[in-house]
Amino acid sequence: MHSSTAALAEQFDDLEQQHEASSLGMWIFLATEVMFFGGLFTAYILFRNFYLPAFEAGSRLLDVRIGAFNTAVLLCSSLTMALAVRAAQLGKKGLLITFLLLTLLLGMTFVGVKLALEWRHDYLEGFVPGVNWTFHGPDSRHLELFFCFYFFLTGIHALHMVIGVGILTVLIIMAGRGRFSPQRYNAVEVSGLYWHFVDIVWIFLYPLLYLIGGRY
Amino acid sequence: MWQGFPIRPDQASTIARGVDHLYYFLTAVDLFFTALIFLAVFYFAVRYRRRSEQAQATQVEGSLPLEVLWTIIPLGICAFTFLWGSSLFIRNSRPPEASTEIFVVGKQWMWKLQHPEGPMEINELHVPVGRPIKLTMTSEDVIHNFYVPAFRVQKDVVPGMYTSIWFQATKTGRFHFFCNQYCGTNHAVMGGYVIVMSPDDYEQWLSGGIRGESMVSAGAKLYEQLACITCHGTGKGPPFVDLFGRPVKLTDGTTVIADEAYIRESILYPSAKIVAGYQPLMPTYKGQVTEEQILQLLAYIKSLSSGGGKVTKQWEREGKATR
Amino acid sequence: MGTGREGNEVMGTATVEPGIESRVHYLNASYGIKSWLLTTDHKRIAMLYLASITFFFFVGGSAAVLMRLNLISPQGALLEPETYNKLFSMHGIIMVFLFMIPSIPAVLGNFLVPLMIGARDLAFPRLNLLSWYVFVVGGCFTLYAVIAGGVDTGWTFYTPLSTTYANTNVISAALGVFIAGFSSILTGLNFIVTIHKMRAPGLTWFRLPLFIWAIYSTSVIQILGTPVLAITIVLVALERLIHVGVFDPAVGGDPILFQHLFWFYSHPAVYIMILPSMGVMSELVTAFSKKRIFGYSFIAFSSVAIAAISFLVWGHHMFVAGQSVYAGIVFSALSFAVAIPSAIKVFNWTATLYKGSVSYQAPMLYAIGFIGLFTMGGLTGLFLATLAVDAHVHGTYFVVGHFHYIMVGGAVMGYLGGIHYWWPKITGRMYPDGWARLSAAIIFIGFNLTFFPQYMLGYLGMPRRYAVYAPEFQVLNVMSSAGASILGVGYLIPLVYMVWSMRYGPVAGPNPWGAKGLEWQTPSPPPTENFEETPIVTEEAYAYGSEETQVA
Repeated sequence: MHSSTAALAEQFDDLEQQHEASSLGMWIFLATEVMFFGGLFTAYILFRNFYLPAFEAGSRLLDVRIGAFNTAVLLCSSLTMALAVRAAQLGKKGLLITFLLLTLLLGMTFVGVKLALEWRHDYLEGFVPGVNWTFHGPDSRHLELFFCFYFFLTGIHALHMVIGVGILTVLIIMAGRGRFSPQRYNAVEVSGLYWHFVDIVWIFLYPLLYLIGGRY
Repeated sequence: MWQGFPIRPDQASTIARGVDHLYYFLTAVDLFFTALIFLAVFYFAVRYRRRSEQAQATQVEGSLPLEVLWTIIPLGICAFTFLWGSSLFIRNSRPPEASTEIFVVGKQWMWKLQHPEGPMEINELHVPVGRPIKLTMTSEDVIHNFYVPAFRVQKDVVPGMYTSIWFQATKTGRFHFFCNQYCGTNHAVMGGYVIVMSPDDYEQWLSGGIRGESMVSAGAKLYEQLACITCHGTGKGPPFVDLFGRPVKLTDGTTVIADEAYIRESILYPSAKIVAGYQPLMPTYKGQVTEEQILQLLAYIKSLSSGGGKVTKQWEREGKATR
Repeated sequence: MGTGREGNEVMGTATVEPGIESRVHYLNASYGIKSWLLTTDHKRIAMLYLASITFFFFVGGSAAVLMRLNLISPQGALLEPETYNKLFSMHGIIMVFLFMIPSIPAVLGNFLVPLMIGARDLAFPRLNLLSWYVFVVGGCFTLYAVIAGGVDTGWTFYTPLSTTYANTNVISAALGVFIAGFSSILTGLNFIVTIHKMRAPGLTWFRLPLFIWAIYSTSVIQILGTPVLAITIVLVALERLIHVGVFDPAVGGDPILFQHLFWFYSHPAVYIMILPSMGVMSELVTAFSKKRIFGYSFIAFSSVAIAAISFLVWGHHMFVAGQSVYAGIVFSALSFAVAIPSAIKVFNWTATLYKGSVSYQAPMLYAIGFIGLFTMGGLTGLFLATLAVDAHVHGTYFVVGHFHYIMVGGAVMGYLGGIHYWWPKITGRMYPDGWARLSAAIIFIGFNLTFFPQYMLGYLGMPRRYAVYAPEFQVLNVMSSAGASILGVGYLIPLVYMVWSMRYGPVAGPNPWGAKGLEWQTPSPPPTENFEETPIVTEEAYAYGSEETQVA
């Protein structure tokens, strides 16, 4: 039932072609994501340049330690994801499921920490533009703009994480049903690409949002 | 130019003829190549038309010399046109030193034009013939555009910054100006006339009619009424004498030129740039001064510089968004 | 269309013709609305797109007809300014995002790419279906904006008008564009992977039809440019909702930043709209002169060059926006550069006709029209790239004339030429060529009468987006409006005879034009899997003259 021929989609000639096509497809999708996030980063950097004091002040209002913790969580999750891909390559089902689960848990930790600790704190402090912005001061408009970018950037990133968590769930179910083998693990591999990309975006987000508040 | 069927507007400014000549050249190039291609296509299509079902085409390999030829020739024409157009544009962007500066404020859906001597016009602009006029413009709301086809000149009028154009009219008459950047419901009726008069008539017009104050004297009054004098006249804030057009050193170590954009920003967002050696004490006047009043203060500050304040260069991005 | 009608003909006896009904092909392989709405067959998806974009074309076209009727009189013959403003905005949004950008890629590209490269389908068939649904959802949001009272910011959504001052349905229209953009991205992604990975044995890059090169270049622009539009639109929507100050200077934003972000996508977007049509040109001139293309690699590389340079010229929309003179000079030079590859194509297409065996069916008439009108319109682009002239004609009807010459005289004529050329392959029926040639002629005449006067209006100084105008512009406006009514008729006629031909047109064989190309090596309409056996390619593209090509 799960022989190689059953795994081959109709439009492809052989598994290798299918494999290559889905990898190329994921790389191209990631290229579009680079342009998407890149546009946002450009706008952020421009405004940071216009309103440096306010953006630095905003940056200092973020919790570097929680951010660092989340960075570590994501980096570990990339490790477990890479190990999952390796396990799939080797046909080790148990190990594959374990590593996928670990990645899933780490991903959920990231999102949980972000929502329950960081965003909740910002909400209680009145730092959410358009919702309950209560900060008043000389530069409050520009600080509000900083937080707008902060929530938008981290929010879009978190959305990608949540989608990643969904993908991992599907992979775990598929792995549980024995759908992967050393000849057929492409879905794990391209999901790994996606996961690593979302991690890399965070690697850029963390310093640009948290670390350049002029405190170092 | 046929009276009944014009192909170009009046040539009413010093740059109009130059622009028209470039336009005629481009039109000739366009019509020439369009005709060439159309005729070649028609000729081949007729000469080599399929005369029977079994007719064979003669396969022709490509031709590198031809490819080079029809790459080089367009490249040459483009390079020539680019150089001509750019040099004309650069020349047309530099207002002469002795331009009279008139201030324009656009808003939905009307134009306010303020002469430095005082008169303020709505949707009409009286100017003398033969003298360079610089328009310094800003918007109170959305982006507009001040366009005078007869002068071949236009520029977007942007909120939060100053943009400018200059022209020198070469004949008297009434010339349409239009808003040329879509700005909402009444965009199409946001226009008026530039009325070019002989120098004598212009002087008469200036001194007659609605006599307002000169911008400089209105600005001087504001300087006191808004209490600017309490700091800037006592040493608590940087003095205005000989300020305009000069470099200013800031607390963060950078140096900026005190141009229109800088002055406007300092009035509305004083904490954005603090002059070295001074404290960040100045309150903002945002919401307390109109764009016209800012222009009057500008005129006053300019008048305090020897030389009456130089006309600023347009080479940097205009007005640098001042927010 | 294919929801069971052809199947019924199999049952009946009165109108049975040999060939089409006794054979199973993609149109009659399965019946019922579900088989169409849940299809993964690229050919059926192409037909779904054909129906949707034709609908949007006529919606956008109706807006244009109303606009031109209004402009018969300087005071506005028909409409209040607010209504006119909404109409030109909707015309732009619908025509650009819901018609032009999808048109050739989503209809002809979807249908032909697998056929032309000898594949059974695209790389990701389900993604393909998803991209149609995404398109439809985007279209629905936009239609909602129309029904809810319209949007009047222009398709360019300049700030702070769109973020702060407009009191019309900006967010729903912007959301419609945002969603439709993802359709564009997914289609582009699908084509790139397909062309890279699924070519038939022997089909090297330089044996590909030039239509494929054009689609490939277009897809690269789609995937790289559209995401930037996406975030720009989201920022506009955000600003409109919570007024943070990204683009509105009253709260600290920069309206020029919006223009940079917007045009960074929207300039490459115009090449998304024209490149596929140029690809169609290469197919048409070769097929209708039975000749190899003149300068294959030059045309192929010029498509790539146009895609690359297109990302570097966006500032030519902002020469009078308050941009610095330096920036203007750089963008002007690059804008001249992007014109050169297009010129090379035009010369090569013309040279292809030399010593050919030329026939004048409707697709060729459209091709000839394209070549001439694109040349004229493209050259008016040089006027706009020339700084000193743009300083006069920016924002006037000259610009309107320029882009309509390229988009309508160029891209739409290429699209119609392609639809006529591949119609027998798509439907298995031939359309009536006499009517088609008549429509092509009517369209050509109507088009020129509509848009040539606009160049003149522009130089005389008539601004665009004007609901009313100065009386001295009336004569040219009336001419333009007269042309528009002729053009409208010209577009309606094909709708009639094409639909007629699907039922009553003469049955077409696999290769009615006697053309080269893998798509003509399979029956008309093709079977669902496209080819009985995967073809093996041994010749270059357009290998006319190497053997007798049977007209079948």
